[in-house]
Amino acid sequence: MKVLVPIKRVLDAYVTARVKPDNSGVVTDNVKMSINPFCEIALEQAIRLREQGQCDEVIVATIGEQRAEEVLRTALAVGADKAMRIDAPNQTEPLVIAKLLKALAQKEQAGLCLMGKQAIDSDNNQTGQMLAALLGWGQATFVSKLEVQGKVARATREIDGGLQIREMHLPAVITVDLRLNEPRYASLPNIMKARKIPITVIQPQSLGVEVVERLKILSVVEPPKRETGIEVESATQLVNLLKNKEKII
Amino acid sequence: MSVLLIAEHDGETLARASQSALRAASLLKGDITAVIAAADEQAQKIAEKLASLKGVKKLLIIKDQRFLHEDAEALAATLVPIAQNFKYIVVAATGYGKNLMPRLAALIDKQQVSDIIEVLAENRFRRPIYAGNAIATIESSDSIIPLTVRTTAFEPIEEQDQPAVIEEIKIVEDAEHSLAEFIEEKLSSSERPELTSAQIVISGGRGMQASENFQMIEKIADKLKAAVGASRAAVDAGYVTNDYQVGQTGKIVAPELYIAVGISGAIQHLAGMKDSKIIVAINKDPDAPIFRIADYRLVEDLFVALPEFAKALE
Repeated sequence: MKVLVPIKRVLDAYVTARVKPDNSGVVTDNVKMSINPFCEIALEQAIRLREQGQCDEVIVATIGEQRAEEVLRTALAVGADKAMRIDAPNQTEPLVIAKLLKALAQKEQAGLCLMGKQAIDSDNNQTGQMLAALLGWGQATFVSKLEVQGKVARATREIDGGLQIREMHLPAVITVDLRLNEPRYASLPNIMKARKIPITVIQPQSLGVEVVERLKILSVVEPPKRETGIEVESATQLVNLLKNKEKII
Repeated sequence: MSVLLIAEHDGETLARASQSALRAASLLKGDITAVIAAADEQAQKIAEKLASLKGVKKLLIIKDQRFLHEDAEALAATLVPIAQNFKYIVVAATGYGKNLMPRLAALIDKQQVSDIIEVLAENRFRRPIYAGNAIATIESSDSIIPLTVRTTAFEPIEEQDQPAVIEEIKIVEDAEHSLAEFIEEKLSSSERPELTSAQIVISGGRGMQASENFQMIEKIADKLKAAVGASRAAVDAGYVTNDYQVGQTGKIVAPELYIAVGISGAIQHLAGMKDSKIIVAINKDPDAPIFRIADYRLVEDLFVALPEFAKALE
């Protein structure tokens, strides 16, 4: 079975986003960019499935401009077999991305799509569910435990009230949560080797998908700042303030 | 122009989150039709509550045993013909709404706007991006706009005098039935208020050091009638279960009072609580980032501070 892992290049999780002075977006030049942490976990899981003999090939794909290939190199270095970039703007909308990935999944005959539940830049949490819908596949979202046995995947989902276990008939789309696994690091020799692996570049037209924009970002601003608070000496003083000044407890 | 509100429930009661989503729906133009999917025996009570809420003109009930448990595949397929007749489709951005809405949006070929915090105009919304470090104003040109609603940004709606008309709809069996099987649910039960709607939340982080130390937090929570939360670090360490997690990818809370104990304040945690009215932070590290957004800072070892806090409440 082939596993398709879509990945995204985003502002590094440890960098605080800064709004551009002209309010057109967030600064992404000259700041550290990385593979989206959720995508990294999905990739790790795909590699583990291959190691368990449940997967023959791990295919990674990204949608973006040329610089997005950085994350494909990272993915190849940790063990992906094949890497593809669909040449479209970095800010392509989730529905278009889902259409591109649908075409790719069909072309590659993927039996499972493993992907992050959301990207930490746009925080949309849409693409996996949309992809599953377009393919007519089942979906297990926010998964923190996964066992694949042939054509069946048992997925434990993190839901608001606790956990839910579903058994998925493959093919399916599985979106992963943070506690699924601890991603491995790439070794230096593998990073060097990954540099030489060719990356296939695909045009959206060749997948029969038109890249359109239905949402326009009119402005991006900083959230309101909180005022600096006061330091208290003890828990007793704190309780007094909350009781008598704030009248909240 | 009209609005379809998808309501959520736990099998017994209507989710409070849906009342917030209804508030957002009432800010859009057009009559509101609410829809609820439930198993036979669950439906009536939930439907009555929903019909009594302000703004709901009509209520559709989809009764089917498949909806005894959350089933996004079946529900999205069922909603497709209904959704086509509306200008907006609205659901709360809870685990339920996040799982369902993009699937429905893709089936009707519409681009969703996630997690809105404000309705500015009929096709213009504000939403947080980058873990709430930026707020984007988005304009949609779609003919139907699927929206998920950040519940902390909208007050739950009140009841109305004249309940809505309830209409039951039969659903057509569809092929999506066999895509997945429900196996089991492991739900946490607690006598405390629900995390996302509690007036007071007290959360513990990695600094709690062990699962049993959360008892100190629970003791205070019980005195304050507060909900208990946690940072991702505390959940990862196994001190508490995943449903306690507050943050960018966990639950978003905005109570009157948020008390962060032994939480350093990673960007991802702040994203889930920084809209709380009053923030109190207790941490022994004076440089902890949580202090930058706290209204009251107590720089002290939590193992000293918590017992003293509990005693001061007596």
